[in-house]
Amino acid sequence: MIDKTVASVASAVADIGDGATVLIGGFGTAGMPSELIDALIDQGARDLTIVNNNAGNGEIGVAALLKRKRVRKIICSFPRQVDSHVFDALYRAGEIELELVPQGNLAERIRAAGAGIGAFFTPTAYGTLLAEGKETRTIDGRNYVLEYPIRADFALIKAERADRWGNLVYRKTARNFGPIMAAAAKSAIAQVREIVPLGSLDPEVIVTPGIFVQRVVAVGTPDKRAEAPSRGQASQ
Amino acid sequence: MNRYSRQQMAARVARDIPDGAYVNLGIGLPTLVANFLPPDREIVLQSENGLLGMGPAPQAGDEDPDLINAGKQPVTLLTGGAYFHHADSFAMMRGGHLDICVLGAFQVSVRGDLANWHTGAPDAIPAVGGAMDLAIGAKNVYVMMEHVTKSGESKIVERCSYPITGLACVNRIYTDLAVIDVAPEGLRVVEIVDGLAFDELQRLTGIALIPPAAPHAA
Repeated sequence: MIDKTVASVASAVADIGDGATVLIGGFGTAGMPSELIDALIDQGARDLTIVNNNAGNGEIGVAALLKRKRVRKIICSFPRQVDSHVFDALYRAGEIELELVPQGNLAERIRAAGAGIGAFFTPTAYGTLLAEGKETRTIDGRNYVLEYPIRADFALIKAERADRWGNLVYRKTARNFGPIMAAAAKSAIAQVREIVPLGSLDPEVIVTPGIFVQRVVAVGTPDKRAEAPSRGQASQ
Repeated sequence: MNRYSRQQMAARVARDIPDGAYVNLGIGLPTLVANFLPPDREIVLQSENGLLGMGPAPQAGDEDPDLINAGKQPVTLLTGGAYFHHADSFAMMRGGHLDICVLGAFQVSVRGDLANWHTGAPDAIPAVGGAMDLAIGAKNVYVMMEHVTKSGESKIVERCSYPITGLACVNRIYTDLAVIDVAPEGLRVVEIVDGLAFDELQRLTGIALIPPAAPHAA
């Protein structure tokens, strides 16, 4: 029998070792697996390479992990935000390595890892600082940059519902990187609002098939759900 | 000197967006375009974080932390809208599926190079987001920006001095003084704010502009 259900977020992240590469879902706080990140902080793994679109907001989630100095390197597309002060301070102090990646390259490099692709040519960033030193090729008159997959040991993602096979459905724009990160990691760990009986997710609307997911853990309706984003200054 | 206000610039861009277009509006000034889209046209707004059919901000109290735009502000989904993951979203953006994207800019060069992601200042923390993907991926790239900097330097330049976002990618520039097409033969002025002569626009811009075509005879 297949049962990917894990009893607690602590046991879900127990084997993440020092030096691991961890994909963390979310775009800002939408889709950020805050309970899994908190469990990872408690677990104590350090020297991590973190892959996330951003570099933390406020003092929660990825920002909290950064603040505890558990992260050696972050790979992301948009670290600088109005509330990224934890990252900003570490970066200015030279205490964290940043690999800045255009967001589409970030998504495609993660997708490629999950799909078994060895590398791919993309037009994004050709002729820019972010392509310096990279192999390029002209194909049918257009210029491309060679980019490699981002493979990972673990993915921490947030979905809305799972069954014990690990099939996932998401909620609104909290889906973002979840499906591609699940496929790109050796062990994908999904925190979900609820785990439902096998057969109760409509097969026509399952977004991430269970083959891509190794562990699911129910966290209920988060009592410390991220506050609604402010209407203040926008940040990408 | 007469200038288009930010609202007038946004309304001017909105006029050029046809019925049925799939459009991505960048952060900042381009976001204002959404307020001026003609209600008789079905225009589908895409947001890079995974939605098509983006609607306006919700009523106070109806914000949903799982429903945000690329600027991480709360939005709504229009009837017919859809959610999707990031690889699909950037396939739309990079694969030539968007008809138009509207971006802000620090500089645009005479051949349509765009600089809008990084000042290059040594103490700046770089961030790029989806800017480079939109620049190379949309069928038409429209830029909205002030014509000159606060110190009076043209933001339309021979060569960008700020770090490049994309090469030869801009199709049309909307400034507070003019609308200008980036054409194979050079920068062709489409229209100028009322009261500003072409020669004065030319002087402020500092690089060669092609005057607007003469109006057709009636």
